[in-house]
Amino acid sequence: MADLRVKFCGIESPNPFWLASGPPTNTAGQVMRAFDAGWGGAVWKTIGERITNTSSRYGGIDYNGAKLMGFNNIELISDRPPEDNFREIAEVKKRYPENLVIASLMVESKRETWHEFVRRAEDAGADALELNFGCPHGMSERGMGSSVGQVPEYTEMITGWAKEAAKTPVIVKLTPNVTEVTRVALAAEKGGADAVSLINTVNSLMGVDLETFSGRPNVGGKSAHGGYCGPAIKPIALHMVSSVAKAVKIPIAGIGGVGYWTDAAEHIALGASVVQVCTAAMHYGFRIVEDMIDGLSGYMDDHGFRSTEDFRGRAVPNIKDWGDLDLNYKIVADIRQDLCIGCQLCYVACEDGAHQCIEPYTVAGNGKKNPNGMGVHVPRIIEDECVGCNLCALVCPVDQCISMKQIDEGKPFESWKMRAARQ
Amino acid sequence: MPLRETAPKLTPEQYEESFADITPRMNARQAAIEAARCLYCFDAACTIACPTRIDVPGFIKRIMTGNTRGAARVILEANILGQTCGRVCPTEALCEGACVMVEKGEEAIEIGRLQRYAVDHVLDRNIRLFHAGSPNGRRVACIGSGPASLSCAAALARKGYAVTIFDRAELPGGLSTYGIAAYKTRVSDSLREVEMVKSLGVVFKQKVEIGRDISFAQLEKEFDAIFIGVGLGETWAMDIEGEELEGVCGAMEFIERTKVLPFPQVSIGKRIACIGAGNTAIDVVTAARRLGAETVYLVYRRSEKEMSAFPYEHELAKNDEVIFLWQTQPVRILGDSGAVTGLECIRTVLGPPDARGRRSPEPIPDSLFTIDVDMVVRAVGQKPVTDFLRAVQGIELRKNGTVVADAHHQTGNKKYFAGGDCVNGGSEVVDAVAEGMAAARGIDAWLEETSGAARREN
Repeated sequence: MADLRVKFCGIESPNPFWLASGPPTNTAGQVMRAFDAGWGGAVWKTIGERITNTSSRYGGIDYNGAKLMGFNNIELISDRPPEDNFREIAEVKKRYPENLVIASLMVESKRETWHEFVRRAEDAGADALELNFGCPHGMSERGMGSSVGQVPEYTEMITGWAKEAAKTPVIVKLTPNVTEVTRVALAAEKGGADAVSLINTVNSLMGVDLETFSGRPNVGGKSAHGGYCGPAIKPIALHMVSSVAKAVKIPIAGIGGVGYWTDAAEHIALGASVVQVCTAAMHYGFRIVEDMIDGLSGYMDDHGFRSTEDFRGRAVPNIKDWGDLDLNYKIVADIRQDLCIGCQLCYVACEDGAHQCIEPYTVAGNGKKNPNGMGVHVPRIIEDECVGCNLCALVCPVDQCISMKQIDEGKPFESWKMRAARQ
Repeated sequence: MPLRETAPKLTPEQYEESFADITPRMNARQAAIEAARCLYCFDAACTIACPTRIDVPGFIKRIMTGNTRGAARVILEANILGQTCGRVCPTEALCEGACVMVEKGEEAIEIGRLQRYAVDHVLDRNIRLFHAGSPNGRRVACIGSGPASLSCAAALARKGYAVTIFDRAELPGGLSTYGIAAYKTRVSDSLREVEMVKSLGVVFKQKVEIGRDISFAQLEKEFDAIFIGVGLGETWAMDIEGEELEGVCGAMEFIERTKVLPFPQVSIGKRIACIGAGNTAIDVVTAARRLGAETVYLVYRRSEKEMSAFPYEHELAKNDEVIFLWQTQPVRILGDSGAVTGLECIRTVLGPPDARGRRSPEPIPDSLFTIDVDMVVRAVGQKPVTDFLRAVQGIELRKNGTVVADAHHQTGNKKYFAGGDCVNGGSEVVDAVAEGMAAARGIDAWLEETSGAARREN
């Protein structure tokens, strides 16, 4: 049985699954129930001076009948007094000494205030601190959150202030709403951060009500941009996690689109030591961690990984600049006639949307059920024309029906950089 | 004369419950979820399988995006009787039977129900999708007001033709109105489809018989072309003893009563035998059970394998606890004081297949038996109603009474076109619609050609 325990900048977590700072970690009651369900750690809903939230706060995007492919919120940090939060952190730590409680902090950009909140969090018994430099809405307009995280110099400076007072590890939470996330990650590292966590939510507007022309979420007919999260943002998160993994030496907490254990494993393979989850827990409750633990252990057992360290970062060296890819690697599509159902989605996608290398073809019978005596459409790949783009395999609704097979043309590895260097 | 014994009357709620729609309407969420399952095939098999070539993925996509009116337009452009077809089409044998989801190991998309969802949306709201074309000065008469004529008339009206429909029945709609089981579609459903055709300026003249009330000569004088869409007529007799008894009737006549009369007024025996095993026979036995008949027999000379009813129709009758007497041939109807008391039958054995591949039943000697019934319904096919066309020079009728028409639906008399059951001998509503559309194209092309020729001569 795989050992899911993780060491993260000196502190030990029972497993790599943490709740991210957000609505699910707003109260001691929630966090304790989460620990009962199996979560290894919880980053407390961000603590700072009291704010007032709006009603409504969340927006969702459904896709083809599936709910919450994407989710957004315009909720701010905790609207409870800091003393209540600190008192509850102390209570939770007393009852759950094995689980990690990380205090997320966001205060005005004053050295003394940061010192004060760091001390209060640590006095309450927090295992680590997470500096919220990522919140993209509401707080940023007040000179906090992502308005700090978007400027490397501010990030470095305020990280330094927190470090001056902190005895526990300091994690800096990064915003994706920047042009080059690694610059901010490096600034945090330079400021003394013990770890970074990413990504915070992505700037977004969820939609427009076409009857009233108000935006979503709707606050009395008006809306504001908010933070986008959920399954939709995983690819953005994976890209940024892998970039940061290459740029910094400190540990990473991966955040963004983690709903299943597979998502967590991908974050880990790209360098994350732990993952943080929010939207999936908001959608389905804390119980989702059961399958995350189970699924990840099973995967690790199957692959002989004793701890997550055995595969952490293993995919990072395989993420390259485009210019380092092999231009002579050649694949072509292959349609399995016996599995083809005749929808011709591959044909129309290739014909209209790609490179015109599939031809329609109708076979009589084909050994299939053949209603109304019609022939069955089974498109054919024009192999000589196929550029190996994947589009047909991506649109095919049947598992395994279209695969990309490698053609060995006997050509040596040649990247664009190599080619450019010769010219 | 009354029936020997009638089924007990039901409460109004029981009648409504037993004749409730067998495929209930979808709500918006159900429709959106089902529509989202559609793969949106290119050159889709479902469309190819539809006699009217409805762009099925096109209308389903529109339902998914909330463009329900657009979905209805796509359907009705191809098939003005999209509502009826959505309810009565044998979709398992047509579009849904061709759905690639089945090949994928999943349920076929519920195309029929989605179609109905879209068309109901516009009919419920009286949304007017189509308008008459600007008048082209040409006039066309349609004889009969069933699916073929409605479809032909609507297509021509949209092109600017002035169309008049002549029909001998009281209500328009033909088979759609009178001949489809009430739990599939009601008279009011059919009539709102007729209203849509009327909104295109088509004039309906009911209770008019061509050749009697209006002469062919007059018709030919007033109209540039004439479409014959008279369908089929009464149910054939069986030519057995006792058919004159009270309580013996034809399937079409029985179904018509369930459509036009309030359910309590349809006289129904306590025990009923229906003879035949086609889709119409299924409509009869299921209606009889729903009206309260306690024992309903379906009597068929051949075996279950040879029955012409679709499998899901057969299933409907099974669910209604109909008793199937296979390989059973009626010999005579027994009566007492003019009322039916029983049906004498003989068992059959199936001989070798005939030229059409059907095994013909031979009576088994000494196997006579009697079933105790109060009512006998013949469901042995319908007579042609084309005799009146013998007065028209050039129109050729086949031996079975069907009208001979070419690929453009033109008859031997060039001014006359024909389509639907009176040409194909009896098929689905959707086939009649397709033929009516094709005839409209034929009429338009012929009139264009002849007027062109006339212009050239002048």
